[in-house]
Amino acid sequence: MGDSWIAREISLSPRIVFPNKILPYLLVAPQLAITLVFFYWPAGQALYQSMLRQDPFGLRTRFVWFANFRKVLADPAYLNSIHVTVVFSLATAIVAMGVALLLAVMVEKAVRGKGLYRTLLIWPYAVAPAIAGMLWLFLFNPSIGSLAYLLRSLGIAWDPLLNGTHAMILLVSAAAWKQISYNFLFFVAGLQAVPKTLIEAAAMDGAGETKRFWTIVFPLLAPTTFFLLVVNTVYALFDTFGIVHAVTGGGPGKTTETLVYKVYNDGFVNLILGDSAAQSVILMAIVIALTAIQFRYVERKVHYG
Amino acid sequence: MATVDLKDVKKVYPGGVEAVKGVSIAIPDRELCVLVGPSGCGKSTLLRMIAGLEAISAGIVAIDGKVVNAIGPTERDIAMVFQNYALYPHMKVYDNMAYGLRNRGTPKDEIDSRVRSTAKVLELSALLDRRPRELSGGQRQRVAMGRAIVRNPKVFLFDEPLSNLDAKLRGQMRVEIKNLQRTLGVTSVYVTHDQLEAMTLADILVVMNAGLVEQTGAPLDVYEKPASIFVASFIGAPPMNLLALTGSFSGPVLADGTAIGFAARETPAVTLGFRPEDADVTFNAEALAGALVLPATVEAVEPVGAESFLHCAAGGSRIVVRVSGRAAAKPGDQLRVVAKAEKLHWFDQAGKRVD
Repeated sequence: MGDSWIAREISLSPRIVFPNKILPYLLVAPQLAITLVFFYWPAGQALYQSMLRQDPFGLRTRFVWFANFRKVLADPAYLNSIHVTVVFSLATAIVAMGVALLLAVMVEKAVRGKGLYRTLLIWPYAVAPAIAGMLWLFLFNPSIGSLAYLLRSLGIAWDPLLNGTHAMILLVSAAAWKQISYNFLFFVAGLQAVPKTLIEAAAMDGAGETKRFWTIVFPLLAPTTFFLLVVNTVYALFDTFGIVHAVTGGGPGKTTETLVYKVYNDGFVNLILGDSAAQSVILMAIVIALTAIQFRYVERKVHYG
Repeated sequence: MATVDLKDVKKVYPGGVEAVKGVSIAIPDRELCVLVGPSGCGKSTLLRMIAGLEAISAGIVAIDGKVVNAIGPTERDIAMVFQNYALYPHMKVYDNMAYGLRNRGTPKDEIDSRVRSTAKVLELSALLDRRPRELSGGQRQRVAMGRAIVRNPKVFLFDEPLSNLDAKLRGQMRVEIKNLQRTLGVTSVYVTHDQLEAMTLADILVVMNAGLVEQTGAPLDVYEKPASIFVASFIGAPPMNLLALTGSFSGPVLADGTAIGFAARETPAVTLGFRPEDADVTFNAEALAGALVLPATVEAVEPVGAESFLHCAAGGSRIVVRVSGRAAAKPGDQLRVVAKAEKLHWFDQAGKRVD
């Protein structure tokens, strides 16, 4: 547990005492300043804003306590947005991790050019989200996209501009594609950490290749997989604004409006700052919860062997 | 139950490194064959080729008369105990042992009875619910053994299974492995670099060096008649004393010019050797007929308990003599080392034995 770990650490290592009383504070000051100015202050502002309500012209502002939260949580559009976000995040995480794992396993099996494959597969991570979004938008554009043309010639009535499901598929593809590289890197490292003798022992124990993967390799990858699940969920929840903005803009209708996109829409497009702030506070609570889970997990990280 | 036959087996790695340069060994049913040699001699590669974990570059590996070159490790029905045990860390001891049986579709109740009876033999019954990381080194070793035994395979392979254990446990496990192998009667191949393990375990001892077999035979035969200088110096602790000979007018002499006192064989032996226990020391000065007598200076005395080792400088080399009990000599003493002629070993220019 956390407390006992800290206690042990302190009792084991002698505490370093600075002779100067002010110097240590000066040394941490820049870090503190940045955290205060760029995190705590905006967070405090958001919290404050979330309890304010303005008239349409911005002339009068009222303090309304939790009314904004009550309004947002009762809003069918917001509940729809939650639903969209869950679908989008889960689909993105599953696709990104599944494809990355498949690619990592395949690259490990390559006899020649392992390094080249790895490098090429990591490249997409360097592409900016908006660019990635545009790329997919063009590829799947109903009128000019080459892949859209292919789909149509296969008899699929591809239309992400009017069909919400198609739009979601496009969005998930673009978001997952960008994250595959990152996951790939971790899975490659994870696979390399699985001792080769275990695979050999399993082979001699009569397990075929598929069986070896699911009974030996996959369970041993569990720490990596769990870590990536958390990271990917956070990514899909918060880092995909650029992609949503470039590809669908939340449409058609509100079928691809994720929580983050709705914050932007309500705040900066519709100028309902109170609602928007309340939504971002809810998002902040979700991030905090996810981070807590992650840290708890990292602290208790499974040690094999 | 099976025989294992290797015929001119070679291993060439991509890049041209030849790890095994043509090895032929025939292991009869139920016998334990030990491959021994220094690191890099190709013994582990050879074992992995028998297991099917390394491709065979040339030659034939046959198990029970059937060539298995093209058969993968999954279908060879061989069990292997790895040096680091290779236990599945995410499985309990029970599942580690049951894994191979499950893969082969053994009925559940049979798996259960086999795992439990094997665990009983290896005194693992109380540990079946533990995971490998909760076990001591010796217990992990037992589980690795159990995993091999429970499947009742045709052949056991051991890849330096005791090298991660402390000395006391190693001695204990050595006896256990020997007993188990006897009782189960499974043909086994055992790789080690420890000559003591090799001597005590083997039915057939194969001494390897630089990718080739130096000598094959029963352990004591190999000990008594080493086929080469390499075997003579590898088998036995402390190793055989080896003295270089040079020819002179009056017969062969040692490196420092000491005449060895009697004629060597007619064949051109250039090295003579004798085991530390085949020599004795004396303070008397008279010559002994039919014996090698070397003036020597004691450099160090190692009392081991039941015996003592005298490290001496003699004939231009350093030699070791074993005396039983407490040694009367002390460092700096001048004495003579005596070895009977029939206990001497002779080797030619190429390092091969001359009889």
